[in-house]
Amino acid sequence: MVAGLTRAERQSCLFLLTLVGLGALLVAVPGRWDPIGVHGLLVILLCAATAAYILPRLDLPEPVEDRSLSYYDDPIKAGIALTMIWAIFGMFVGVWVAAQLAWPALNFDMAWSSFGRLRPAHTTGVIFGFGGNALIATSFHVVQRTSRARLAGHVSPWFVIFGYNLFCIMAVTGYGMGITQSKEYAEPEWYADIWLVIVWVTYFVLFLRTLARRKEPHIYVANWYYLAFIVVVAILHIVNNLALPVSLAGAKSYTIWPGVQDAMVQWWYGHNAVAFFLTAGFLAMMYYYLPKRANRPIFSYRLSILSFWGITFFYMWAGSHHLHYTALPHWVQTLGMTFSVMLLVPSWASAGNALMTLRGAWHKVRDDATLRFMVVAAIFYGLSTFEGSFMAVRAVNSLSHYTDWTVGHVHAGALGWVALITFGSIYTLVPALWKRERMYSNGLIEVHFWLALTGTLIYVFAMWNSGIIQGLMWRTYTESDTLAYSFVDTLVAMYPYYIARTIGGLLFLIGAIVGSYNIWMTVRRGIPVQEKLGEGELAPAGAVPSPAE
Amino acid sequence: MSKVEIDPVSGEQTTGHEWNGIKELDTPVPRGILWFIVVTHLFALVWWVLMPAFPLGWTYTKGILGIDQRDTVEQVIVGNQTAREPWTSQIAALPFDQIQADEALMTHVAQSGRQLFGDNCAACHGLNGTGRSSYPDLTDGDWLWGDGSPEAIAETMRVGINARHDETRMSQMPAFGRDAMLRRPEVRQVAQYVYSLSHPEYSTADNVDTIAAGQQLFIDNCSGCHGESGTGIADIGAPNLTDAAWLYGGAIEDIIESVHGGRTGHMPTWDERLTATEIKTLALYVYALGMASP
Repeated sequence: MVAGLTRAERQSCLFLLTLVGLGALLVAVPGRWDPIGVHGLLVILLCAATAAYILPRLDLPEPVEDRSLSYYDDPIKAGIALTMIWAIFGMFVGVWVAAQLAWPALNFDMAWSSFGRLRPAHTTGVIFGFGGNALIATSFHVVQRTSRARLAGHVSPWFVIFGYNLFCIMAVTGYGMGITQSKEYAEPEWYADIWLVIVWVTYFVLFLRTLARRKEPHIYVANWYYLAFIVVVAILHIVNNLALPVSLAGAKSYTIWPGVQDAMVQWWYGHNAVAFFLTAGFLAMMYYYLPKRANRPIFSYRLSILSFWGITFFYMWAGSHHLHYTALPHWVQTLGMTFSVMLLVPSWASAGNALMTLRGAWHKVRDDATLRFMVVAAIFYGLSTFEGSFMAVRAVNSLSHYTDWTVGHVHAGALGWVALITFGSIYTLVPALWKRERMYSNGLIEVHFWLALTGTLIYVFAMWNSGIIQGLMWRTYTESDTLAYSFVDTLVAMYPYYIARTIGGLLFLIGAIVGSYNIWMTVRRGIPVQEKLGEGELAPAGAVPSPAE
Repeated sequence: MSKVEIDPVSGEQTTGHEWNGIKELDTPVPRGILWFIVVTHLFALVWWVLMPAFPLGWTYTKGILGIDQRDTVEQVIVGNQTAREPWTSQIAALPFDQIQADEALMTHVAQSGRQLFGDNCAACHGLNGTGRSSYPDLTDGDWLWGDGSPEAIAETMRVGINARHDETRMSQMPAFGRDAMLRRPEVRQVAQYVYSLSHPEYSTADNVDTIAAGQQLFIDNCSGCHGESGTGIADIGAPNLTDAAWLYGGAIEDIIESVHGGRTGHMPTWDERLTATEIKTLALYVYALGMASP
């Protein structure tokens, strides 16, 4: 990794690490009696460890070849490794919290492992750790290949990956210590939020500068989506996390948004995090790796345009459907509901565009588990966007809101769409990146596929049943016109589904472990590709790259 | 580099662009999608006309149906209250024995009491009222406070036990061992005596001397609350020690722990959280729980 950098770049890395370490010191010393001090110390140690890795390698030979003629893939490799590490961590915690709901004693009477602290560790681990690293890594790959340009920088890609994972680590360790601003999917406190802004702006600039270097006249669809993901997530993150710290020596802060406006800003953020983190970014993945793997042209460029602008425009309005029947004014709820209904068209157009791209390649879906991952992902994308629009209708929401149905819906999207498209993309990407003929074992990809699909189906069906039963019990009246069931009654009814959900999640986790093993073995023992036009070299105009690339 | 081709599978033209081997077809947007757009947008338009929808500075478009969620919820709440009125007003007005004699009213008690009990009492007493360690069984006919009548149960719920209510029922078992009122061997002796009250077979020739010593200690220290015979005094919440019901465990070691460290139970007051009618309903429900179990 260090070998690909010039001496000056290695020095820049050390300089940046020193700067970040000193910044952390400024937080750690005054905050030493607060959990923020622990985070300061953690950052200092991580910076020191990284510097200790680079320092002895400072005088390694510099790269001699002309780097501008090849792609810069080292950061992508690191990103893929981190993706799988976070996948296993996040999914393990997910199985654990799921089991806690069925068997509460599994918190072992410790503060840090109580449900309220582990649950955000799960969501942060899978969404930001697993999903975020996958998005950053694949965006670095796709933007280079579709622009025929090398990443615009050698230090900044590392800064983005290192910095982003530092944010994730601060988030997850913070929950254990009780640090949270109690905003779903935006739990980390002000200092971690500021740090993420710095990292994210660097990412944005790096991505734009790479696009600006492109040797293709047009920007490919995947890059539209990556760019939308980067830009909108920056806006969402900054606006939702505007807060005043109680003291610069403490983690605690208060949001500047009051009351119902805070709720609205939070769910404008929350829903668009689903839209631009968990949808746009992964659609970008789909738009590159699916046609690559199927070796088919995209079904319709015009449909791509329609769905891109439809998704970016309509999603922005839909957040208020998370607050139906609350203190939020009725008219805001109406807007959220109607825009959610209109949103279904561009969502289905994207899913349809993906599935129609497979015309003439369906036999590959039968034989190739990697492609099947992506196809099933597109189907789940279509299903869960329909479900989302349906649940956004107020009358439906009055049954589904606050129940496990919502949890089932989220996981249909998160497992069925986000995770499956990621695994399909990674299985396409890994052999190309490490210059292998193919993955170490196609059989293990099959095993992973069926574990993931079975796990997802068990999970989603369990939560549908549980959620609808729960919702119906809450609204059942006796002949005396009083409520028929107490809250405890609903817990008793949900118990078997909680166990089923844990089993579904466990299967999914085992699949991810199998996948990680397969990736590891591909890197270590995969059959090296015969030298033709090297994967790492910039493809000259008109050259036909290998389908696997 | 723009080279339009024909895709052999679909017969569609490509756009002529290519990105690392990926091409795009110029397929027109399918007609079904366009219809889909029309339908969803028409739905939205109609909904905006009917319902509150767009902000206008300090106000908003009210919608021609004039529906607002606050009115709707108010109507539902009032509607439910009105529907319950015929029987809730009777429960509020009638004395317990008359309610108990009315089969129709008792059906309402059973139906509404179950959910009230589940949401307010079950966390401690269990969904079926059978309690658990440190939380009394409400179905066994054994009552710490009062005679177990609906009136007494309602009163306990109203004022609570050792609760934040001006009239709360107060009782405390002192920590005889910890506070050095009894020495360690004495605590054991009195515990053995108390144990023997409900376990006559325990009074063997080996134990009889200890038990006698324990009895003397009991009369000196415990009988003020639990009575000379240990049958307790329900007016002050002092439990009967001669039966099989044990709130904090009935083994000798458990009794030693109670005598050594004392006990202070706590039951919250429901005076402000539940209405008088709800408390009455619950009292009848709890009373019926005890009647239902043998």
